[in-house]
Amino acid sequence: NMLTRIFPKMQRFASARAFASIWAGVPQGSPDPIFSIRDRYLADKSKDKVFLVVGAYRTEEGKPYVFPVVRKAEELLMKENLDHEYAPIIGSPKFLDLSKKLLFGEKSPVLDRTVTNQTISGLGGLRLGSEYLFKFLPGSNEKQFLISGPTWPIHHTILEDAGFKNLINYPYYNPKTKGLDFEGMKNGIKSAPKSSIVLLHASGHNPTGVDPSQKQWEEILEVVKEKEHIVFFDSAYQGYATGSLEKDAYPVRLFAENGVELVCAQSYSKNLGLYGERAGLIHLVCKDKEASSKLASNSDFLIRGIWGPPPIHGARIVTKILETPELKKQWKDELMTVSERIMEARKKLRAELEAIGTPGKWDHIENHIGMFSFTGLSEAQCKALEEKHVYMGPGGRMSVSGINSFNYKYVAQAIKDVVEKYPQERQINK
Amino acid sequence: SFTNHMNKLARLARPNLVRMPMAAFSTNVWEHITMPAPDPIFGMNARFKADKDPNKFSLVIGAYRTNEGKPYVFPIVKKVEEQMLKEGLDKEYLNMQGDDLFTAGSKKLIFGETEHADRIATHQALSGTGGLRVAATFFAQNLPKSTPIYISDPTWPNHFRVFTDAGMENQVKYPYYDTKTNSLNFSGMMDSLKKAPDKAIVLFHACAHNPTGIDPTPEQWDEVVKLVKEKQFLPFIDSAYQGYATGDLDKDAYSVRLFLKEGLQFVVAQSYAKNCGMYGERVGALHFVCSDKDTRDKVFAQVNLCIRGAYSNPPIHGARIMARILNDEKNFNQWKKELKEVADRILAMRSSLRDSLVEINTPGNWDHIVNQIGMFSYSGLSPEQCDILINKWHIYLMRSGRMSISGINTNNVKRLAEAIKDAVTTAPKIQLTTYTDRTIITDLLQKKKK
Repeated sequence: NMLTRIFPKMQRFASARAFASIWAGVPQGSPDPIFSIRDRYLADKSKDKVFLVVGAYRTEEGKPYVFPVVRKAEELLMKENLDHEYAPIIGSPKFLDLSKKLLFGEKSPVLDRTVTNQTISGLGGLRLGSEYLFKFLPGSNEKQFLISGPTWPIHHTILEDAGFKNLINYPYYNPKTKGLDFEGMKNGIKSAPKSSIVLLHASGHNPTGVDPSQKQWEEILEVVKEKEHIVFFDSAYQGYATGSLEKDAYPVRLFAENGVELVCAQSYSKNLGLYGERAGLIHLVCKDKEASSKLASNSDFLIRGIWGPPPIHGARIVTKILETPELKKQWKDELMTVSERIMEARKKLRAELEAIGTPGKWDHIENHIGMFSFTGLSEAQCKALEEKHVYMGPGGRMSVSGINSFNYKYVAQAIKDVVEKYPQERQINK
Repeated sequence: SFTNHMNKLARLARPNLVRMPMAAFSTNVWEHITMPAPDPIFGMNARFKADKDPNKFSLVIGAYRTNEGKPYVFPIVKKVEEQMLKEGLDKEYLNMQGDDLFTAGSKKLIFGETEHADRIATHQALSGTGGLRVAATFFAQNLPKSTPIYISDPTWPNHFRVFTDAGMENQVKYPYYDTKTNSLNFSGMMDSLKKAPDKAIVLFHACAHNPTGIDPTPEQWDEVVKLVKEKQFLPFIDSAYQGYATGDLDKDAYSVRLFLKEGLQFVVAQSYAKNCGMYGERVGALHFVCSDKDTRDKVFAQVNLCIRGAYSNPPIHGARIMARILNDEKNFNQWKKELKEVADRILAMRSSLRDSLVEINTPGNWDHIVNQIGMFSYSGLSPEQCDILINKWHIYLMRSGRMSISGINTNNVKRLAEAIKDAVTTAPKIQLTTYTDRTIITDLLQKKKK
């Protein structure tokens, strides 16, 4: 028509709108709370601002950290002039083998009856593990999947997307003690129907920072065996939590060696700082070699429907480090330094809070383990903290690596101020 | 006492571990699992690997090989990687949508310079497969459950897997390959699509159709666009070979850019596996071309959620390499040059094979080898003829007759021609149905069962 002759661009839009948008029914997605907090932090112009939200390690200077041993490994790899060909769908054999041994122990009796696949970091491992469970467990549609109350919110997303709609919380965090509600946890796991699936954090519980003791793990094992539950471990902090690779793998090894057919997602995001390289795995410990080989024969198909072969770069770095004794040793030392800085930050903050007379008890800050701590601060207190340019995660979750010798005094004072201003603690325990 | 003995050993080996009696499994969680049917492509590749014949070579896997039969790293990729190492970059998480420089560069690469960029939602994806899966997840969550997806017959077998696993159960095949002429069965394709319900999803290959190598002509694409508008189809374009097919990045984007120019709303899964050799780095992009910016924003946020529960954020390494190639003029020109050389070698091997076949008076018409385009050729060989190549000549290809042209080089092309001549004269092709690798495997299994 005449209008479109005069305004040719209108023609194009006319065709695009000739039929209504296909996606007219798409709802507005709700924003991720973490990103909202981060956006507010980024917009904050105060030079005193402190970000204690995202679970990524920061140095004393508040900067991202690449392990020197990782840089070294990358330089060595560059000299090898490797190609970029597809890895095997399940990952390179060396990467799988070294990772399996790191997690379960060099001489673990379960190595030869464990199915191991490389995944897109730990999250991909959680998703792929869930896919195995949903696709191959009879009655998976109705099965209860027990998760700690609270747990990392994305656990919900992953499990639901994999098809599990029956997610049940077991008690975990005790807001009064800021520690483990152990009896509640045991009872929660015990009262679930037989052969339910139980998600457990191997170490460095996210978001609380509260881990069972070794003795408590043994008791949980007994309950799990009694009810023949399937255990799904999320191992995102091996070595990062306590500084010891063995200690942080204790529950996984304990359960595996005591007859539990467990699934474990393993991540190198934190303990090797490989975050964006997405290096991780899923392990499925089976009753015997026959079972594991039948399960393994299904891996290819499962993986090829989700993302195809895995990304090679991060896995190559891990392999290089784990297979070279000097590099492995260097890694252990650097890992110890990293986890010690976290523990030091915890110590400093707790001591300062007590020194300046902050109302309440603060020993939990030091006792909690790993990346995070549930501070016990209420929603109102956290909101007030933001006005003081200190940003906490949802539920009063603090990412400890954001604390350093330059800001711990400021943070302590800010916490004292908001606790005094809003004395009623109404703990948000989502 | 056995238990005590084992416990003693356990204590020595792992002093920190609790002394529990050696436990047998009382259950077998995976008891009922069965072995699945073997994958035809990996199965054939495994047979090739196991073959000890010194003259063996493989035309199975769709990955580029040099004239020496070796994997190829684009020199520009190597150069960029070395530069990156010197920069001391961190390894922090990307957002769900990936590296912004990468996504901007990818949008420009496939769509060209366009004023419509702000109504296109772009996410970094785990190569082509990852993009397909995220899109399929989005479709399954946001379109009526009954919405069918129309897929060419044949297609890349993994398409079915990806869509099924994402929850898209309503899959319909449309005719594509004409086995008599080894070319596009366009009328069959259009007839089938005309009968499809309105608003169906239709999967197209942007260029270099896998596995046939047969693409619609520009005139045929025009007719497709007309039908898409008429039926309000949702085109879903798999672009895995931009630049790899003709050697020209713009030419190979023709169909995608046509759809954009014609004002269609559609989805594109884009891969850098072949055209930049990024295979194992898993680099790709997913684009939703929407009607307006507001819709684009909503779609963008929802696609984020599809990604969140699958893998949360994509790997950084390959995207960083591509970002530096796409956004730097010098790097981009070097890449174009190297890509053209790659594509030219493939084209040269097509000619060389056809000429060699004609030279030795091989029965039949072999023009289709030159007329088809991209990584693969549907040679037209029957399964029995393929078996002769495999078993007698130790030349491996898919029993559907699919050959990966990059496995051909100046050292083996003549032998390949001889083998093909031998095959067609020994076992003339009888059946006229379309062979796909899936149907052949099912046939085999059924024969085995009997």
